[in-house]
Amino acid sequence: MTDWPILSTVTFLPLLGAAFILLIRGNEATVARNSRHVALWTTVATFAISLLLIAGFDTTTAEFQFEEFTPWLPEFGIGYHLGIDGISVFFLLLTTFLVPICIISCWQAVQTRVREYMIAFLVLETFMVGVFCSLDLMMFYIFFEGQLIPMFLIIGIWGGARRVYSAYKFFLYTLVGSVLFLLAILFMYFQTGTTDIPALMSHVWTPAMQTWLWLALFASFAVKLPMWPFHTWLPDAHVEAPTAGSVILAGILLKMGGYGFLRFSLPMFPDASEFFMPFIFALSVVAVIYTSLVALMQQDMKKLIAYSSVAHMGIVTIGLFTFTGQGIEGGIFQMLSHGVLSAALFLIVGVIYDRMHSREIAAYGGLVHRMPVYAFVFMVIMLASIGLPATSGFVGEFLIFVGVFQVNTWVAMLGLTGVILGAAYMLWLYRRVIFGELTKENLKSIKDLNMREIGFFAPLVVLALFMGIYPKPFLDVLHVSVENLIAQTEMARMGGAEVVADLVPDALAKVLR
Amino acid sequence: MAEFTAPDYLTALPEIFLAAISLIFLMIGVFAGNRSTKLLTWLCVAAMSAAFIMVLAGSHSYSTTFFGMFVSDSFSIFMKCLVLIGAAVTLIMGMGFVKRENMNRFEFPVLILFATLGMLLMISANDLIALYVGLELQSLSLYIVAAFRRESLRSSEAGLKYFVLGALSSGLLLYGCSMVYGFTGFTGFDEIAAAIGHGGGDTHSATAIGILIGLVFITAALAFKVSAVPFHMWTPDVYEGAPTPVTAFFAAAPKIAAMALLLRVLLGPFHELLVQWDQIIVFISIASMALGAFAAIGQSNIKRLIAYSSIGHIGYALVGLAAGTPEGVRGVLIYLAIYMVMSLGTFACILAMRRRGQMVEKIEDLAGLSKSNPPVALALAIFMFSMAGIPPMAGFFGKLYVFLAAIEEGMYGLAIIGVLTSAVGAYYYIRIVKVMYFDKPVESFDKPIGMELSSVLVGTGVVTLFFFAYPTPVLEGAQAAAALLFP
Repeated sequence: MTDWPILSTVTFLPLLGAAFILLIRGNEATVARNSRHVALWTTVATFAISLLLIAGFDTTTAEFQFEEFTPWLPEFGIGYHLGIDGISVFFLLLTTFLVPICIISCWQAVQTRVREYMIAFLVLETFMVGVFCSLDLMMFYIFFEGQLIPMFLIIGIWGGARRVYSAYKFFLYTLVGSVLFLLAILFMYFQTGTTDIPALMSHVWTPAMQTWLWLALFASFAVKLPMWPFHTWLPDAHVEAPTAGSVILAGILLKMGGYGFLRFSLPMFPDASEFFMPFIFALSVVAVIYTSLVALMQQDMKKLIAYSSVAHMGIVTIGLFTFTGQGIEGGIFQMLSHGVLSAALFLIVGVIYDRMHSREIAAYGGLVHRMPVYAFVFMVIMLASIGLPATSGFVGEFLIFVGVFQVNTWVAMLGLTGVILGAAYMLWLYRRVIFGELTKENLKSIKDLNMREIGFFAPLVVLALFMGIYPKPFLDVLHVSVENLIAQTEMARMGGAEVVADLVPDALAKVLR
Repeated sequence: MAEFTAPDYLTALPEIFLAAISLIFLMIGVFAGNRSTKLLTWLCVAAMSAAFIMVLAGSHSYSTTFFGMFVSDSFSIFMKCLVLIGAAVTLIMGMGFVKRENMNRFEFPVLILFATLGMLLMISANDLIALYVGLELQSLSLYIVAAFRRESLRSSEAGLKYFVLGALSSGLLLYGCSMVYGFTGFTGFDEIAAAIGHGGGDTHSATAIGILIGLVFITAALAFKVSAVPFHMWTPDVYEGAPTPVTAFFAAAPKIAAMALLLRVLLGPFHELLVQWDQIIVFISIASMALGAFAAIGQSNIKRLIAYSSIGHIGYALVGLAAGTPEGVRGVLIYLAIYMVMSLGTFACILAMRRRGQMVEKIEDLAGLSKSNPPVALALAIFMFSMAGIPPMAGFFGKLYVFLAAIEEGMYGLAIIGVLTSAVGAYYYIRIVKVMYFDKPVESFDKPIGMELSSVLVGTGVVTLFFFAYPTPVLEGAQAAAALLFP
């Protein structure tokens, strides 16, 4: 291990880039060109440095690695504490991987206020990376909440027609969820005197406290994930956000909900998590089936993909709450895979939107005749999203359902119905957009992918296939940490002698009194 | 008969200095006329800075003088520093406005100096009479500056409204003071505390009930001064009507001084009655947070909006007082310090809202500011996100510390209501961001905004944005100050 603080570098390098962009002088065109380049090179450098993390990652231990610690608010026991384990390392990499792709994808699509756009993206990257490597709850919260600001601006300034409404909805929904999370943090701090995550993980909470804390955290993560019925902000935000904004939203921000469940809810409040398992299963199953049906009827491509995200995240939560190794590993893998695939899907929509300025499915048809490369990329990603074997989607879903079958056959069966519906809406979408006769006049001159577009699709397609064909490197890294998570959960459950179910009415009664 | 011993003047040096020098300034003004306004303003700022240094250089240990009527301790030092900074910064920001808007009269800076002196006396008051004298010196000066633009109907109306309602609250305060004096026989805070302590836990004797009634009157009067619900009615009208630099001053300094007074009175002489006054504080805290959040939504004038937002902020600060612990008071102090910086910055932005020489105050006037004047828009966005309590801005930390205290005391209901109203409040704060960043630009504001305003904007903006990086001075100052109120 070196002394060089890699995690701090990865976290704050984008911020440095943003500061640099702020200093660029010149006329509008110069500023725009230079901002794009600075943003691209900063994010590429960040990605390159973050690769060092995986290169130096020790897969044999579940300990936090690359740890950094500096006292920050010493009188409160709040420190600047960074570190990653097998669970967070891939989320971090996914973030640093997707941001440069976003920057390239909006090279031409964004023509107004380029400087501000790039700054917003770089600040957002800092916050996102920070969320995944914070080992202090307070820092986690600051990063988690701080990203509302750049995302709000990205949707609101560069978004579509109903951007203001969507930006508000996004901001306020997420805020209401997270303020309760803040109270939970304060309560945990008050009980233990620290906000250090490793220290909190070893604390055993009484079942009654677990229930309330779990619910407070759930309010935040369920909105972020989003779980049915808290998902209604998502289709609006996705539809109105610019392409790169949707990519980040679907690719990374949604994963923070799942990451939150993994990092906090499961290991810290295992009794409550177990108690609420049926509740989570119920919401997830409804999400999978209901949103898939809704997706089937969408006229707007982005909306369809947004609903499909909710359905996929439903499958993820089913996996996470099985408490089995396969389920949790599958859940994480599915999140990573969905990060890549949903990003790719939004980019696919973005490509034709940039050309035709329409997201209506009905406005397209027969694109295969003019855009064969595009049709190929779309096909691979679409099949991966359905979960065809040898694609990344398959591995995640397979593992999840192996896990679920051990716990509850009904949930597995209903969840799988959603997967079938998923195949239905994706294939139908593909058929309507790509196949058929090329009858629409304005489509007759549409151009296939250019080199820049192929450039950013290639890594996504390769990754989607690689993760499906050879998932071992990913699962190896995950394995020890997930085992450790399950062991922690078991141990904590032994510690809490009483069953939550008996205590919940008591706790409720106490509050009502 | 005891020998007369001269009081220790050194303890009250900043106040004595300010009192003397403000009289000198008044003379300069009288003889030199209105052309000396600019000079006097700078002189007043210099005098405040000198007083600031004297406050900081003075003894940080607890000491009283003037026969126990005047107290100086780390609490008063912290609060005085805030008040002096707030007053000096508002004077600097207001200079351009005063010159342009026909307010160029030498009385203005001198009156502000008098008001500041009154606030310092309030903060150091250790006796009901000293309290009243300080409060009145402050209030009388403020009534005049609120109505400083005699030719403007709105300004006169604001001044009159403020005067009538302020006089009412002074009456309440006096009435409460006389009740307390009548039932305890003392006006000194220490003696009152001792007298209440002697009564033991008995809350049903006639004396105890008499004191309690006095306490309620005093609390109501002070709630009026900090504009907490239900004594807030004057705030929106006065904020809107008063000249903008005066409003900025109202939002920064007097609130802090009145809050200091409230803390000192409730936690000093009436500490024993915590259970009684706590109910009042919890109620006005919740009511202020809720009203601040909901009433601001419909506002179209930015000064009115900030008035409602200040009511809400006082509600959050009172959450810390409701906790009634050193942590709670520390939270209040941190909150006030951060609130002062944010509100000064916000008013600096409002002062920059000028179009072809005319001040504009509608929120729609900000449309597209991010294009026409990016630095001001960025600064205002920072202040708005900070007021909404979004990390990593300073406002988040203010809320954090008061809610932490509430959670520690098990006041979950208060904390939950607090965070939910802050989410509601976020709606109107981000509306301003939306207008500036998402809407089509209208005509640009006058540029440049002036050196004074720019430096205030940069200073307050940097503090608000980077508070998280080095919060130690504020935290430690607040910690020391809060510990003192809990012997």
